[in-house]
Amino acid sequence: MSVDTSTQPAHPLGPLHNPGRVGGLMDVFRRHYLLRLLVRKELRVRYQGSPIGLAWSYVKPAVRFAMYYWVIGLLLQHRLEDRALHIFSGMIMVSFFTDALTSGSRSVVRNKSLVRKINLPREMFPVASVMVSAYHMIPMYVIVLIGCLLSGWHPDAMAFLAALMALVLVMVWGLATALLLSAWNVYFRDVSNVVDVIQTVITWTVPMIYPFIIVKQQVLDTGHDFLYQIYLASPLCNAVLLNNRAFWTPASEQPAEAAVKELPSHLFERGLVMIVLGLLCLWFAQVVFSRLEGRFAEKM
Amino acid sequence: MSASIVVENVTKRFKLANQKTFKKLAVNALKRRPLSNSFTALQDIAFTLEQGEAIGLMGLNGSGKSTLLKLISGVMMPDEGQVLTRGRIAGLIDVGAGLHPDLSGRENIYLNGAILGMTEAEINRKFDAILDFSEMEKFLDTEVRHYSSGMFMRLAFATAVHTDCDIFLIDEVLAVGDQPFRKKCMARIHQLKAEGRTMVFVSHNPKQVLKLCQRGLVLETGKMIYEGSAHGAVETLGYELNLDDDDDD
Repeated sequence: MSVDTSTQPAHPLGPLHNPGRVGGLMDVFRRHYLLRLLVRKELRVRYQGSPIGLAWSYVKPAVRFAMYYWVIGLLLQHRLEDRALHIFSGMIMVSFFTDALTSGSRSVVRNKSLVRKINLPREMFPVASVMVSAYHMIPMYVIVLIGCLLSGWHPDAMAFLAALMALVLVMVWGLATALLLSAWNVYFRDVSNVVDVIQTVITWTVPMIYPFIIVKQQVLDTGHDFLYQIYLASPLCNAVLLNNRAFWTPASEQPAEAAVKELPSHLFERGLVMIVLGLLCLWFAQVVFSRLEGRFAEKM
Repeated sequence: MSASIVVENVTKRFKLANQKTFKKLAVNALKRRPLSNSFTALQDIAFTLEQGEAIGLMGLNGSGKSTLLKLISGVMMPDEGQVLTRGRIAGLIDVGAGLHPDLSGRENIYLNGAILGMTEAEINRKFDAILDFSEMEKFLDTEVRHYSSGMFMRLAFATAVHTDCDIFLIDEVLAVGDQPFRKKCMARIHQLKAEGRTMVFVSHNPKQVLKLCQRGLVLETGKMIYEGSAHGAVETLGYELNLDDDDDD
């Protein structure tokens, strides 16, 4: 028995089709109302029953910021103009990415009751998690802008472009990684521990706690060009540097000199390459997700 | 009439992984132990259901009924063969899966409706009908965690049966709830059937199957051992029809 759907006459309910959906991320945005409700639900229930509630999302980065500012600042012995702005502009990127990674990678498993019973675009869960993480960036941007204004921020057009590129870069990579890890986590629960390790690595391999110029002096100027290129090959490193260009260097007394001295060359070109690579990674993550999701229901 | 569900020589195997961690995977690979075992949950199942037909899917526990429903709903994919459907599908399979305990009844109607594929406008339009069916007006703004299991079920079922779907997959959803509500649910299911919706109905209650379905299909350890009239399916299983049974109809 074989059904040829192409030769069937038009039917008011449409043609016969495979009920397992194949639309991927496009389906998620087609069902934007459900996405909106899932994001709202996540925001409501994440800190349900906690007296401090949503404030936890800010208490944790605030404590981290204080540690970086006081402790690491003392240890580094490196005089850095507007150190608070430098740390905070990097922290926006790092906090978003690590939060998206942690909650995104667990999102499919956390919604296993739905995944096992109802046919809906499963990409919905990592996408919703990443959107919740993005929501938590808003007050951080407000804080950094207040800090900028108090520090005599003089942004040029390139600063706004850098901020936009940093945001797009980190969103694309955050979504791609969350999508990929959420699918792998269904098969291997070790993934959530791998994410914890990645978080630690990220904190120390981006110029957030320390300024980029230290890497330049310690790695590039000592002839370790290969290591320097590896360091700069991290998408998150580029996002942090772009955010430095947007909020930190324009607040210094001599913004143009600071941008040249404190940041790597070809910053915008590198950022653009990273965005394109991120989009390719997102496509790859979608392909992997689609391949693995066929067995999600039976693996959970 | 036209085909609404086509199941073509479908086989489904489950792989049972012997490890859930990289460490166990590596140890098993090094010791050359099998990394997974598999068993066949469904084997070479084939049938076609016309639009507006209702089929009773019967069989003992573990025969593959729920797996077949999940294949038709698209939650799972077959390993061999294919499943084709026409129109929108509502799976009344564990209807409470879409409810969240920390949200109110009202919020859950919207969330569950959206999960089942309804648009915001569709839920707004049907909100009163859903509420009326569930009889939960008094607890509408109470968090669902405070509901009893029966109340939970009412809300979930009321939302599910108000989706504008062409195919309904019903998996023993009437196992809980009080008798008046079960009767109301059966009446709603009969109404949907009368409106021309296609139905796959899983039940161990032969009277319910005979009342709702013209056709029956019996599974036994993943194989289709009967496909024909609903009466024939009940006879194949050797179920006795006790007319004094509470049949919730």
